[in-house]
Amino acid sequence: MKLSALHQSYLSRRSNSFKSSGPLDSASDAGYKSPAAVFWLILHGLCCLFSLVLGFRFSRLVFFLLFSTSSSNLYTPPFRSAAELAKTLDVHSGLPTNPVVNNLRFPMPNNTATNSRVIVGRHGIRIRPWPHPDPVEVMKAHQILERVQKEQRLQFGVKDPRTIIVVTPTYVRTFQALHLTGVMHSLMVVPYDLIWIVLEAGGVSKETASLIAKSGLNTIHVGFNQRMPNSWDERHKLESKMRLHALRIVREKKLDGIVMFADDSNMHSMELFDEIQNVKWFGAVSIGILATSVNIDESSDRKEEEENPRMPIQGPACNASNMLAGWHTFNTIPFAGKTAVNIDDRLTVLPRKLEWSGFVLNSRLLWKGGEDKPEWIKDIDMLDGDVESPLGLITDPSVVEPLGSCGRQVLLWWLRVEARADSKFPPRWIIDPPLDITIPSKRTPWPDAPPELPAKEKPELGIQDPIVKHTTKTRTSRSKHRSKRKHETRTDTQVSTRHAEQN
Amino acid sequence: MRICLWGLLVVALGFAWSITAAEHNPRTERISGSAGDVLEDDPVGKLKVYVYELPSKYNKKILQKDPRCLSHMFAAEIYMHRFLLSSPVRTLNPQEADWFYTPIYATCDLTPTGLPLPFKSPRMVRSAIQLISSSWPYWNRTEGADHFFVVPHDFGACFHYQEEKAIERGILPLLRRATLVQTFGQRNHVCLNEGSITIPPYAPPQKIQARHIPPETPRSISVYFRGLFYDVNNDPEGGYYARGARAAVWENFKNNPLFDISTDHPTTYYEDMQRAIFCLCPLGWAPWSPRLVEAVVFGCIPVIIADDIVLPFADAIPWEEIGVFVAEEDVPKLDTILTSIPPEVILRKQRLLANPYMKRAMLFPQPALPGDAFHQILNGLARKLPHSKSVYLKPGEKILNWTAGPVGDLKPW
Repeated sequence: MKLSALHQSYLSRRSNSFKSSGPLDSASDAGYKSPAAVFWLILHGLCCLFSLVLGFRFSRLVFFLLFSTSSSNLYTPPFRSAAELAKTLDVHSGLPTNPVVNNLRFPMPNNTATNSRVIVGRHGIRIRPWPHPDPVEVMKAHQILERVQKEQRLQFGVKDPRTIIVVTPTYVRTFQALHLTGVMHSLMVVPYDLIWIVLEAGGVSKETASLIAKSGLNTIHVGFNQRMPNSWDERHKLESKMRLHALRIVREKKLDGIVMFADDSNMHSMELFDEIQNVKWFGAVSIGILATSVNIDESSDRKEEEENPRMPIQGPACNASNMLAGWHTFNTIPFAGKTAVNIDDRLTVLPRKLEWSGFVLNSRLLWKGGEDKPEWIKDIDMLDGDVESPLGLITDPSVVEPLGSCGRQVLLWWLRVEARADSKFPPRWIIDPPLDITIPSKRTPWPDAPPELPAKEKPELGIQDPIVKHTTKTRTSRSKHRSKRKHETRTDTQVSTRHAEQN
Repeated sequence: MRICLWGLLVVALGFAWSITAAEHNPRTERISGSAGDVLEDDPVGKLKVYVYELPSKYNKKILQKDPRCLSHMFAAEIYMHRFLLSSPVRTLNPQEADWFYTPIYATCDLTPTGLPLPFKSPRMVRSAIQLISSSWPYWNRTEGADHFFVVPHDFGACFHYQEEKAIERGILPLLRRATLVQTFGQRNHVCLNEGSITIPPYAPPQKIQARHIPPETPRSISVYFRGLFYDVNNDPEGGYYARGARAAVWENFKNNPLFDISTDHPTTYYEDMQRAIFCLCPLGWAPWSPRLVEAVVFGCIPVIIADDIVLPFADAIPWEEIGVFVAEEDVPKLDTILTSIPPEVILRKQRLLANPYMKRAMLFPQPALPGDAFHQILNGLARKLPHSKSVYLKPGEKILNWTAGPVGDLKPW
């Protein structure tokens, strides 16, 4: 519509200029036509012809590129006649230098002449040249988040939070890094003061020490001279002993706070740490048991799938008046005969009747000769035999405080997954020296792997066929060891590959 | 000696006052806008409102035809009527009334999808005014200058949803002297009269109260927004809708992990807002949006991206101290702007938002509570009293042009 108006005005001017000068004089606003005005007129006419040919409004594009320099002033003169356009073209010169504005099209004028800066009509969509986050700003945003959350904690969170004393029994094995890192990262995020007592079966080792040193937490690393046995029963017994030893440490050092037991393969939620701040003397929380079984009986499987599969919970049970009424424990009957006995067994690992991790206690209970210590706590030094669960530390189980809205909230999850007892892993999970064997294997264990490429273009990373590995290892060890340059290694291995394949 | 005693008394009083002031909850802060500390004012006794008795075809019958009008964002007109009928400011004697209210539900002609059609509203309002001017003498006395109307539609009394057409029509000629209580507010705009009272859009209070999460849930979302960026039905290329601002937000920040923005319709929308620090409130086809109400109620700092917008109860609520205003041309720099706000300022804004009177002033609860939006409207009307002498016309003087406006508006309703 606008284009046709321009066209008309242009055509009328064109025709006027070819006819007598009388109508031309009356048509143009100024007294006479300057060569510049004629030039602009002809230019505009050419642009119109262009757009006719090309099929889009080419002249508009040019106008907008010229007008977009004035991005602050949005008021624009109304689109009336070619002469006025020529005038405005005179005013703005040069192409835009503003790199920010992309895809800008002309805003249409407001009909009412108000002083409003804001114009109705089509506007440009402003996109900056690099629409991606700036890392400095992301850091600032995270600092803002932290500050706001700290303020929230101050206002709504626990008043006078107590130190949390975490007791974790562990030992060096393949999955230790996996489990312990999980617990460690959970503890690093806890907003309260923390003391981490790590007990290690088999003595203090560099593995564990290096792992927990990365946390930056206040740790007490204690070694236990016994090695961790292979059978789950024995293992639970040793862990209980280690935990009792930790309680003795708490007593000796007179640590003040809340003692909780974080086994290294458990998963903790952050609400757990907020909730246990509410404990007075001895509390219990609900644990979700993730005892997945590898081989389940088909009949029981079908039955379970028909109902809603529920996660078994271990923890306090309350009656209607929110008082402790009993305990939910794990139902071992469906798993009878199919439970793992040794760590190596690929069967379900079951929790004990009541896991240690579901209990928290005030460390003052353990102190010698505490002023207002309740009578129902037994003296740890007097304990002789095995303590299956922390309930063995108290004489009266009804004094236990149920936490997490009376046991309805599951705050942590229990799982025991271990690798085979004889599985090997590189010390500290660092492969040093770096593997310099890069031979792809002819036979891959994955059936749908893509077919191998021809010999010349073998990919860098490959799976090591054990046989090939041995032969090349000997070859590379024969040739210079570590001072070798990379490409020489490669040619050597290439040579050895061909030999190996021909074998 | 006497002076010493008086001085001591003054000091003691000052001490006591400061103690009581300090006992004020450290979580919230008092709100005082340009009109002063007026958010908690009680309008009872400051003004008297007379409610005209219009035939039910103007209000009840319309509502009966479509009860959806009670829950959409324009429901303020209906609830204001109900509130006034049972409020102590209502007077049955029109001689002593300061303000006159016409209960007309002009925004209740809904399409099947629930959007109000404003095409019949001018005729409806015109016929109502004809009725009240012929049955009562109070309209002709001032030609409506001491009357107020609730017009919560997109562009207020311009009665159109398209901004260009609304500007063309302008405010309905008969309403030009009346006080308009409307949701639309933009400076230097035809559809905002001098002296209008801007109100928030209606948000259902029960739904909002039901979705509160515990306040200790940490706010972990930096910037939150849910809504359209491109209105594909009406403006597929973008550039018209929201003056290109929403599209700019999407294009610049869709890859930014700090910005949780999408066109989803999650069921946890209210809960998510309570876990966010900043909530974007960009303009849409009109500059106002219920997002502002939701952000304020849920304690999320509103980031208002609408040039020249006039926010609800702007004289009672100091919006610059509570929200963040970003010009539409600065949208590409939104992340820089938001991250460069010092944390103390953010905490102060959150404290202001936590003030229960602030939250209440944005809502229309039934039954009405002190300090809610109904009371803020009455407070606004009370602040305009006493009427100046120019409001009352000399006998025989006529200012309004009863035949102005498009021909279609002059047809009877």
